[in-house]
Parts: sequence; structure tokens; C-alpha cells
Amino acid sequence: MVMKLIKKIYMSLIFLFLYAPILVLVVFSFNESKSRGQWGGFTLKWYAELFRDRDIIKALYYTFLVALLSSIISTIIGTFSAIGIHNMGLFGRKTILNINYLPVLNPDIVTGVALMTLFVSINLRLGFLTMLISHVVFNIPYVILSVLPKLRQMNKHMAEAALDLGATPFTAMKKVIIPEIMPGIITGALMAFTLSIDDFVISFFNTGSGVTNLSIIIYSMAKRGVKPSINALSTLMLITVVILLLLINKRTTKGDELLP
Amino acid sequence: MKNKAKLLAYPYVVWIAIFIIVPLVLVLVYSFTEGNIHNPSSLTFSLKSYDKFFNILYLNILWKSFKLAFISTFLCLILGYPVALIISKAKAKYKGILLLFFLVPIWMNFLLRTYAWMAILSPNGFINRLLQLIGLPTLAIMPGQTAVVIGMVYNFLPFMVLPIYTVLSKIDKNVLEAAMDLGANKIITFIKVIFPLTVPGIISGITMVFMPAVSTFVISQLLGGGKELLIGNLIEQQFTVQRDWHFGSALSIILMIMILISMAFMSKADKDDEGGAALW
Amino acid sequence: MSKKLIELQNITKSYNGVVAVDNINLSIRENEFITFLGPSGCGKTTTLRMIGGFEEPDEGDIFFDGIRINDLPPYKRNINTVFQRYALFTHMNVYENIAFGLRIKKVPSKEMDKRIKRMLKLVDLEGFEKRHVDSLSGGQQQRVAIARALVNEPKVLLLDEPLAALDLKLRKEMQIELIDMQKNIGITFIYVTHDQEEALTMSDTVVVMNKGVIQQIGTPVDIYNEPKNRFVADFIGESNIIEGIMHEDYLVEFSGKKFKCVDKDFAKNEKVDIVIRPEDIDITTPENGLLEGIVTSVVFKGVHYEMLVESQDYEYMIQSTDMQPVGSEVGLTFNPEDIHVMKG
Repeated sequence: MVMKLIKKIYMSLIFLFLYAPILVLVVFSFNESKSRGQWGGFTLKWYAELFRDRDIIKALYYTFLVALLSSIISTIIGTFSAIGIHNMGLFGRKTILNINYLPVLNPDIVTGVALMTLFVSINLRLGFLTMLISHVVFNIPYVILSVLPKLRQMNKHMAEAALDLGATPFTAMKKVIIPEIMPGIITGALMAFTLSIDDFVISFFNTGSGVTNLSIIIYSMAKRGVKPSINALSTLMLITVVILLLLINKRTTKGDELLP
Repeated sequence: MKNKAKLLAYPYVVWIAIFIIVPLVLVLVYSFTEGNIHNPSSLTFSLKSYDKFFNILYLNILWKSFKLAFISTFLCLILGYPVALIISKAKAKYKGILLLFFLVPIWMNFLLRTYAWMAILSPNGFINRLLQLIGLPTLAIMPGQTAVVIGMVYNFLPFMVLPIYTVLSKIDKNVLEAAMDLGANKIITFIKVIFPLTVPGIISGITMVFMPAVSTFVISQLLGGGKELLIGNLIEQQFTVQRDWHFGSALSIILMIMILISMAFMSKADKDDEGGAALW
Repeated sequence: MSKKLIELQNITKSYNGVVAVDNINLSIRENEFITFLGPSGCGKTTTLRMIGGFEEPDEGDIFFDGIRINDLPPYKRNINTVFQRYALFTHMNVYENIAFGLRIKKVPSKEMDKRIKRMLKLVDLEGFEKRHVDSLSGGQQQRVAIARALVNEPKVLLLDEPLAALDLKLRKEMQIELIDMQKNIGITFIYVTHDQEEALTMSDTVVVMNKGVIQQIGTPVDIYNEPKNRFVADFIGESNIIEGIMHEDYLVEFSGKKFKCVDKDFAKNEKVDIVIRPEDIDITTPENGLLEGIVTSVVFKGVHYEMLVESQDYEYMIQSTDMQPVGSEVGLTFNPEDIHVMKG
């Protein structure tokens, strides 16, 4: 009984720790006064300001564009690469997988500056393209890592069974292999999309020419101090995340699938 | 058949060569050279950048980065293990929702999460206003190391909880019953059976928290107010402000090596070393 | 004798320098139930996979209906396969699994439906069309795999250890069903197993393989009664295998005594191996026995007792309903036709 109570109190404290900062932001996004200490009455003006802020809107656009493109590209490359890797000999497979792990294991800042040195060395102007490439670079490993287990779980004769029943290798891939590993592909794509949306460090070093994303713009605003329109942005993002997660949770009812 | 399917991996071999191997090689090359990076022929071998690093100023920054990352990782473990344990023992119908609500914050933008703590901890932030309101003296947490540690724990706690939770939820119930059957009470079962079984989860949790913590420059910039420079800030400055790419590259190599050493150290503690595979 | 359908000529296949199949020659006739039998790694599955088109032989030729098919891909062969652990498409239901091959051949939907219904009836799975394959039992999955292959009306069905994942009782039932099926639809079955009992029960012809080499080809009765060498005798059923000397036609010596036998055409005083099946040995009193020994172990096996009898140079296994307690002195008798002489 006592144990139960302690557990409840402990979890409440943890959740308080997790949510208090966010809730403070939410509350103050409706605060008339610009100061965070005083309640100056309810307002939506920060939301209006947010939507008038062309930099933020542009950053939002780039964030989603890069997330969408990079997750699609990396899902396609990653899926086919995973199938290839799965069919390689032990040595080739191990070598590629170890290199594949580098962007996962290396600190983001190292991956970020390393890519930046590459782009600058080949005189590629930092901007949209370099940001997109850098996102694809760090997304593919996650797609491969989520597709490979599905390939391993698959009956090793699955492709042969399709060929045996008259399918050409292309049809076997399209009708059997891809559908069989689809859950892994979707997990990989979602992972790539979220990682891309949330990325700051790698984008920070690999963009320029006025192309930014949400994280970069929040960083530069926050460096200059607190701005109430960021509070409004946080509130909107919180609502989006909660709705999305509840939808996903309803569909899978499996919490384990929600790993970032 | 098999031989043809493996051809699908070859484009990616080229890809990783260009975008993973070459950049790291470039960083390594720049760290050991001096000269104009835009003019490759002007580059000459030099240990200047490493020499520059062995200075009490920079060594202190490296030391501080590891110290704060270590403290944060330790706090995440202490705070996170019970959370993982409680969620894994929760009734099936609550488990999903508990985990979900635990995960909501990490689905928020990382910068926003850090920014949220700025709003709370800054000198005229939420906490100090609250303290003033009830007539207490204000605290000077931010900018400062405490604020940086809070920011790290807040941001990376889920990375500690998830791997431990995953391992805990995979423990075969029969194993626990066997332990009870053999006369172990709950505490002994925990110490002798559950805890050892979760060591791989703890190891990957530690890695997943320590790595981003030791290399961060955002948290230290925003919550340290630019005063608490960490190795990440130092690298960032070399590449953006100082434009000393040679020194920046040397710092990156040093950071990588230090992390490699600490990871090797940790995986030694993990008996069945699965390498990176344990991460996910 | 029906006509030859598949012909393997001097087939050799190796992986990374390890020979899996070594110079195999074999012909398979229409409507034959032929089984490749041997321990794991004997080359039986590799041979099957070469017939299916999943592997190409390094040397030698494979003919199907007189046409060389070495490099014909599997999807162009009129052969279908039931894979180990079935390899059903888990993202499709039962109906779609069976329809897969027909859809690729663009069979009109009416005819397709008719053929699938007929198959479901054949494998006794009517009403399972919409079921997800993951929700089926092992035996049911097995039937889907068979239906999925047979619906394409192949000339040959390859079965790679199809019953290995089933429990004993189900396995026995499926053995009978497979034999019936093969007789009814009248196509060639090429069956791979490591289970000698399964091979003997089901096949018209058994091909015993070991280390990539065919040891013996014959009817189950031949293989059991007239094993060609020590390996076959040892692998098929329980055997007493004793070293001996063939003195002349119809006279063999082993365990220090000379016996009449039915074998001939050996060189004079040739070293040979002698096989006597445990069920062919009878127990009698020491003075009436051809050989003498002491019972060292008795195990009740249901239909009979299995006894080990230590004679002067060999421990004989005997299966008999006539039990003698451990330690008793007994005599062993057998008939000349029970002695099988093989080249040593």
C-alpha cells in the first residue's frame, strides 16, 4: 500500500517535471503582458503575431519540405539498401552496417561539421540542397536499421516462393518482399520524418542562403531572449503532437512503436 | 538470385563513401594541417591545432563538458530507472497511456523544450517571479551549470527510460517466478535477477544520454547564457565565428576519441556486448 | 515404366570451395514419388533447389522433358515448390496466397476462382479463404502451401522437408494425405527428408545421399533389405553391422563362425560388412543358437522389447517380443536370407 502511494507520488513528480515547463509556455502564450511574471489578461495576439512573422512561416515551410523530401528519399534508398545488405556476405554486411552506424553513434555536431567541411570543400553553396542532403545522410541509417529486422524475420524462402509461383524478380520484390517488410518501412519513414523535423545541430551547420528551419529560428530567437510568439508556437506544436500521438496510439495501441 | 539482390546495396556503398567516410576523413585531414582550406595546395602538415588544445583553458572546457554530462547521465539513471520499472509493472491498460504521456515531451521540438526552461529559470523567469510573489529571495540558477544540468536531464531523460523499459518488458515472467520459487523475496529478486537482466538497457541508456549531453552546444548556450562554454560550443565557434576549421576539426577528433574511450569503457561493463545493436 | 521427365547428368555444385553435390546422375520419371533421403548437409536440398531453379549447377546438365534447363529461372519452370516452413505470404489471406501464381499468369477470375475452390477442397480447407495465414495452425499452413503450389498445375512438385515442423501424429496423417494426393493428381513428387521412416513409407523410389554423393537408388524394400553399403544400412532402420569375410559364394564368416547366406559374386576371401536387422534375430537357448551372448540391456518399446546382447566380438541389437532378463545367457538365430552382405 505504502509502496503504491510512493509510486504514485514519484510518477506525479516526474510528470510535473516533464510537463511544468511546457504548461508554463502554454499559459503565457495567452498572456497579454510580455513579461513572464505578470498576468496581463487573456489574449491571442501572440498567435496573430506568430502567423504574421514571415521568417517563422518560411522556416516552417522549409522544415516540412525537408522532412517530407528527406524521409521519402531516405526511405526509398534505405529500403533497397537494406534488402541489398541483407543478401550480402557476412563480411560485406558487417562492414557496411558498421559504417552505417557512424551517423547514429557519432555526436550530431561531428556529423554536422564533417558534412559541412565536405560541402564547403567541393564548393557546394550551403542552402536548401545541402540541408536536404545532410538530412538524407542521417536518416538512411535509421531506415536501414528498422527495415533489416523485418527482413531477418521473414521466411528466407519468401522471395523464392514468389519466383517459384511464376513471379519475375521485379514482381517478387513489388508483390511480396516490399509488402512483407512494410511495417519496418513505415517505422523507418516515420522515424526519418520525426528526426528531420526535430533536427537542429546538423541543419545548423549545413544550411545558409536564408534557408532555415524551425529549430534554427527558435535558437536564434531564444539567444536574443524570450519572445512570446515562441510560446504560441510551442502551444500549437504541443497540440499537434498530442493529437498525432493519440491517433497513432489508437491505431497501434502499442506504446513500443512510438520510439523516436 | 541472392547475388543479384545484393547489388541493391551498391549505390549505398558509394553513398556512404561520399557522405560518411569522406567528410570524416576531411575532418581528420584538416585537424592535422594548417593553411587555407579553400586552397588545398596551401595545406601543410601541422600539429598546431592539437598543440593549441593542450592549454589549461581548453582542457578545462573539456573537463567541464564531461563532468556535466556525467552528472546529467547519473541523474537520468537515478530518476529514470524507477520510472521504467513503474511503467513496466503497471497494469496493461495504463501502460500504453503512461508511456505515451511520458513520450509527448520528446516529440516536441528539442529547442522549444530547452527554451521552456529558459522561461522558467531565467533571472526574471517564472520561478523567480513566484518566489518574489511570496516574498522569498530570488535564485540565480540561470545562467549557470545547474541550469545546464537541468536542461540536459529534462531533454535526455526519456533516452534513459526507453531502453531500460524495453529490456524490463522483455523479461520472461517465468524467470521471476523461478526466482520466487527458489526462495528469493522481492528485493532479492530485484537485486539478483531483474537488475542484472536490465544492464544492457542501462548501458544503452547511458550511451544515449551521455553522447548528446557531452557534445551539446544548444543547452549550454541557452541555459548557460554563453558563460558555461562546453566542448560543443567551442567546436561550433570554430566553424561559425572564429573560422578556424583546423582547430575545430582537431576538437571534433578529440571529442570523438574521448567518446570512443568512454564507450569502450562502458561496453566493458556489459558482458554480452552487442555493440550498437543494443542501442535500438 | 512411364517416361523420363527429369534427368540430372554429372551435376556438381559447391559453395565457397565446399562440395555440396558431387557428380550426381539421376533420372526421374513421370508420376513418380521420389525421395531424397540423407542427413543434413548431404546435398539433398541443394539437388532439389537446382531442380527448382534456385541454384545453378557448377557442372553438368539438368534436362526437363528433354530440354536443358540449367539457366532457366524458376519463374519459367513448370515446377512448383512447397518450402521448408512453407514461406507463405503473411500479408495475404489464404485465398490470395493460393491465387498468387494464377494472378501472375493472368488466369481469368472465374476460372481462377474455380481452381482455387477445387484446391481448397483437395487440401480440406474449404471456408478458410478469408483467414489470415498467421492465424492458421502448422498443419493448416502446410496445406495452404501445398494448395498454393498445386493450383498452378505443375508437372512436378518439389517438397523440401514439408512435414518437419509438424508433430508426430499430424505428420503421419499428412504422409498418408500426400501419398493419396500424388496418386490422385498423377504428377511427379520430389520429396526431401532426413526421416528414413517417412521416406520408406511414402516413396516409389528412394535416393539415399551422403556427403553430396548418391549412395543408393531403389525402392523402399530394396533399400531396406539390400543396403548397398554400411552408410545406407546404418541410416535406414536399426542395424547390426558386423565386419566379416566372404569365403566363397553363399558362405560368409563373421563373429568367428561361418554361415550360409544368399549372396554371391564377391572376390574370394573379400572383406565385407554384414547387416542383420534387429527384428530378424530370434532369441533361443544358448545351445540352440548360432551365436551366444549375455543380455546387457532390455528396453520395452511397446510392440516389442529391444535387447542388447553382448557376444564375443559384437553387441547385437535384437527386437523381439520374447523378453529375456538382463544377465541371462542366450543364443541368437537367424536365417541365411536375413544375412545381407555388402562390400566392405
